[in-house]
Amino acid sequence: MEHIFTDLAALVAGWVSGSPQWVQTLVMGCLYLIGVLTFIFLNCIFLIYLERKVSAYIQQRLGPNRVGPRGILQPVADALKLLGKEDIIPEKADHWVFRLAPIIILVPAIMVFAVIPFGKNMIPVDLNIGVFYFLAVASTTTLAILMGGWSSNNKYALLGSMRAVAQIVSYEVPLAFSILGVVMIAGSLKTSQIVAAQENYWFILLQPLGFLIYFIAATAEVNRAPFDLVEGEQEIIAGPFIEYTGMRFALFYLAEYANLVAVSCLGVTLFLGGWHGPWLPSWLWFLIKVYILIFVFMWTRWTFPRIRIDHFLDFNWKVLLPLALVNILLTGIGLKLYQYITLGVW
Amino acid sequence: MPDSQAVFFWLLAALVIGSALAVVLLKNIVHSALYLFLTFVGVAGLYILLHAEFLAAVQLLIYAGAIAVLIVFAVMLVRRGDIRLSNLYSIHFLPALVVSLVLFALVAVAVGRQLWLGYLAPPPEEPLVSLARNFLGEYVIAFEVAAILLLSAIVGAVLIVRGRRRSAP
Amino acid sequence: MLQQYAIIGIFLLGAVGTAVGSIVVNWLVRPKPEPKGDKRATYECGLETIGPTWVQFKARYFLYALVFLLFDVETIFLYPWAVGFQELGFLAFVEMMIFIGILALGLWYAWKEEGLKWL
Repeated sequence: MEHIFTDLAALVAGWVSGSPQWVQTLVMGCLYLIGVLTFIFLNCIFLIYLERKVSAYIQQRLGPNRVGPRGILQPVADALKLLGKEDIIPEKADHWVFRLAPIIILVPAIMVFAVIPFGKNMIPVDLNIGVFYFLAVASTTTLAILMGGWSSNNKYALLGSMRAVAQIVSYEVPLAFSILGVVMIAGSLKTSQIVAAQENYWFILLQPLGFLIYFIAATAEVNRAPFDLVEGEQEIIAGPFIEYTGMRFALFYLAEYANLVAVSCLGVTLFLGGWHGPWLPSWLWFLIKVYILIFVFMWTRWTFPRIRIDHFLDFNWKVLLPLALVNILLTGIGLKLYQYITLGVW
Repeated sequence: MPDSQAVFFWLLAALVIGSALAVVLLKNIVHSALYLFLTFVGVAGLYILLHAEFLAAVQLLIYAGAIAVLIVFAVMLVRRGDIRLSNLYSIHFLPALVVSLVLFALVAVAVGRQLWLGYLAPPPEEPLVSLARNFLGEYVIAFEVAAILLLSAIVGAVLIVRGRRRSAP
Repeated sequence: MLQQYAIIGIFLLGAVGTAVGSIVVNWLVRPKPEPKGDKRATYECGLETIGPTWVQFKARYFLYALVFLLFDVETIFLYPWAVGFQELGFLAFVEMMIFIGILALGLWYAWKEEGLKWL
């Protein structure tokens, strides 16, 4: 069980081993891409079902229960329905920007998965700047949201996208700073080495404050309640996505869930020991931990009410950011003390 | 694969120059900002061809992720009237031509006089650590001065916004 | 290294292809008559929309973006330092704390002057 995916990759690599270098790179790249896309789509479809079920049980309802056993086929039916819908582009919209935004929002959502270690030796591309690559690519999401909101030529959409950008850029700072503690301990940005450094103890034990900051900032980054001001239904209906219909709306939705999976995967990689764990195959451990983290995200979403925007931004700059700086300071002092005690040098 | 690198270089160069031209020539300034984003992404690609992956990620994070958004915000702040006609042609055609030609000549001379020996040397073993070592060793004064520069930028931004509030009744 | 980025490039093309592909499938199976009339009107809960959308926004958004940009620039200095933290020695740690301290001063100033207040 442990080696099915790595064996599969080795099998395909064996087929093309005689061909020129660029053919090998192309074939392996496409293989990784197919693997990652399958992972994203299966998870997103299941997550939509899971979210509806979890929210239903939290609110003492049953949730979807008609399509398939226990309603498990509901998201498939939804996806097929959205596929056959009309593609309405508002008359006053800026047509090309409006058409492009859903395409552009999906690109970073898929690309960030390139550096996630899904299991032992199961990392598509082990970049030297792994974690930093994740942050850099994820930061371009803001532009897609701004494009969608601006081009709709709708006041709710524009307000929503302006809020989205203010929110996402603000929380990107503590997010980036919370990861620094982990990088300092592991001494590398490579995701493979960060996971390897957690063989004996998970970084959540050494970085509890860092994990908390990461979790809060990540919730804000993916626009989930209690930080879902972007699409606050009571005020601005659906925010930047208000004018979108059919497949274009589905792409926004897909990107949102893909981002949720991505930040959970990164959280597991950085703080929860990645794929390390006894008995079970490494990729199964990874999946289990990711789902536990996703469940906590959902639990938070359906437990806390939406926070007001001025409180929300105040919280970022006046609580989260100073805490993140203190975390870096404490980590630095702790590491230097540890070095002094064990090695005798500063 | 030197040849395929050349192909990618020319493709990226065409992308960068094409989208940079679009930035200047388009009439809607928001479209210009979007093409600016494309230019930044193309430049990040060029950095990767030069084996400077950290710089490429910085390009993406700072320029594509922050500066492009900042420009769109700035556009929305100062915008009055119809946004579809916000990036019109300048009437000062001749002075602009002279200034850009002089600038181009300067850059061309500077590039032509440089001996590109660094390009032949292999990239350092741990580029990030040697970067940090330089920041905090040899160039530490410049490094701390950069912090003061950033500080003055924050103060300036706060003053601008506060000034607006005071002038309002 | 370039090979790694070739795979990243494949991911980029694949992501665009996935998005475009799903829109093409949508185009193939959706009802053919183009939506017209009220369907294409701006959605505002059934009310007629008044005035232009693309108007001037308040300066506060710009300030947030600017403060974000400055801390983002700080991030790029911090990451190389964090990677080499254990080899760089104590002096580098102190130097970096001075760097962070200067920027924290800026944060404190913005806070004191209520630059970070939303309204």
